[in-house]
This record gives sequence, C-alpha cells and structure tokens, in this order.
Amino acid sequence: MSSIEVNGKSYETDEEGYLVNLADWNEDVGNYLAKTESVEMTDQHWEVINFLRDYYNEFQIAPAVRVLTKAIGKKLGPEKGTSQYLYALFPYGPAKQACKIAGLPKPTGCV
Amino acid sequence: MLHIVNKSSLERNALESCLHVAQDGAAILLIEDAVYAATRGNAASNHLRDALSRFKVYALAPDLEARGMGDRVLEGVSTVDYGGFVDLVTEHKNCQSWL
Amino acid sequence: MSEGTVKKFMFVNRKAPYGTIYALESLEVVLITAAFDQDVSLVFMDDGVFQLKKGQQTKGIENKNFSPTYRALDGYDIEKLYVEEEALAARGLTEDDLLVDVTVMPRAELGKLMDEMDVVLSF
Repeated sequence: MSSIEVNGKSYETDEEGYLVNLADWNEDVGNYLAKTESVEMTDQHWEVINFLRDYYNEFQIAPAVRVLTKAIGKKLGPEKGTSQYLYALFPYGPAKQACKIAGLPKPTGCV
Repeated sequence: MLHIVNKSSLERNALESCLHVAQDGAAILLIEDAVYAATRGNAASNHLRDALSRFKVYALAPDLEARGMGDRVLEGVSTVDYGGFVDLVTEHKNCQSWL
Repeated sequence: MSEGTVKKFMFVNRKAPYGTIYALESLEVVLITAAFDQDVSLVFMDDGVFQLKKGQQTKGIENKNFSPTYRALDGYDIEKLYVEEEALAARGLTEDDLLVDVTVMPRAELGKLMDEMDVVLSF
C-alpha cells in the first residue's frame, strides 16, 4: 500500500495514486492530487470535481467519460458537455485524472 | 436456444425456473449435479418426465458416470459426451446457464 | 469501435445481492458493456428481483451498497429492465418496492424475449 502526506497527515492510496478511502478527501488533498497530475486547478476544474463527487455520492460509481460528458452538459450547460472541454481541463483523460483528484476510485470500464 | 442447468434440483430451483421459462422445442442440457434429475426414482424426475414432450433433454454422460448413475437414466433423455456438449452449444443460436 | 455490429445482449440476474458476488459482478459487466453501444437488456428473475429492492442499508454487514448504481443505468442508456412477475409475487414484493422503473412480465414472456437474443449472459 502506498500513501501520500498532506498537511502532516498521511492518506492511503493504491499503487496508481488513487485515494483508498473516499472519506479521506478534502480540498487540500484534492489540490495535492492535482499537483501530482500537473493540473493547475481553476474554478472550472473544481466545478467538474464537485460534480463527480456528487455523482459518486448519488450512484456509488464514477461515471464513464461518455456518461460524464452528457451529465455535465445537462447540469452545467451544453458548452461544457463536450469531451473537448473536459480534455482541455484534464488532458490525460477526465475520467482518469478528474476521478483521481476527486478522491474517487478509478471508473469501471475506464477506456 | 440451449439451456444449461448444473445444480441438483432437490437443492436449488434452477431446473424448475428453466422449465418455466424455456420455450417449446428448446434444448436443455443437464450437467454436474443437475444430472441427478434425469435419473429414475429421483423426486425431481417427475417434472422432467412431463417436460420431455416439450423439450429435447440431454444429460452429460461423464457426470452421470462419475456419480454412479450412468445405468439409471430416465427414458427419453439423451446422453452426450463432451464432444456432444460442444455440438449442442454450436448448433444453437444462444445459451442460458441456470447457475 | 467498428460500426454496424450492434448485438442484442441480455443479462439474466437470478441471485440475491449480498449472499454471493453474482449481482455485483453482473452490474460491473453491464456498465462495461454499455461503453460498446450494444443493445442491452437486463432481466431480474427468481431471487434476482431482490437486487432492485428499495431501502438497502449495508453498513451493518460492511459491504458496499451497490443498489444506488441501478439508478445510474438510465444515464448509461440502459433502459430495458425486465422483472419476472411470478418472482415478485412469490417474495411479497410489488413494483413499488423497486428502486428503478422496470417492465414487469410473466416468465413465459421473458423466455420468448430470451430466445431473440444474440448473447445471453447468466448470473
């Protein structure tokens, strides 16, 4: 088991750097995880991260990219519901990177 | 279509469910512990006997033999070896396993 | 992904949710299959109807409660959910006890539907 240290506190992660316990997450942890992914967090980034956390709380899974894109479009406006928009924010894949920063497990069927 | 059952019908409802859902003319293959249902004197074999007019029923011979039941197979049930098992799978469009 | 090769997939769910791993495994395969734009139907028969029971609380058994995930299926464009009428009745359940919208059908009808499938996945 690996771990990360944020503000003097240690958090368990898996070998790919995903947080093991969803409940460990807070904004500082999110910021730390973003740094490990070289993502500079903006309001737009946080909007997606918060959306993902809400989605997970409701459905107990991280959405597939296609599902995330559609759901973001519905919730935050059609101009944001495109894979271009999400990939611009999270260049290595919104599912993979955004889920990691949001403290969620890697999405099922993540391709 | 082919239906495969692998649980003893005195322990689980798999065969019963299968007989309720399968459409006329379907093939039903009994394997592993399900082969007991295809033997004379088994309480479940009555259900199966009634079903023989609607379905083609097969039982896997190696599983019958392994259980010492190879000599009391219900009349109207065909026994198949592993090659016959494969043939049944390839002859049918699709297959449901009643786990 | 190659175009024009949409097949009819049916997932047949016959086990209660926490006693065995079948229900969760099925759900995960369903979600993965959804990424390939196939024609997916889910059938809940026998004890499988318990998977959709409202109000599951798994804290006490320290298992993940995956029942909310059935509500996400709609967002994955999986809208064909069928439930065996006889199985509901035998378990004292009605459609109102289920956490998603489903089509309730007699088992003989489900058998007809099953016959039409290209691929049947059994759980």
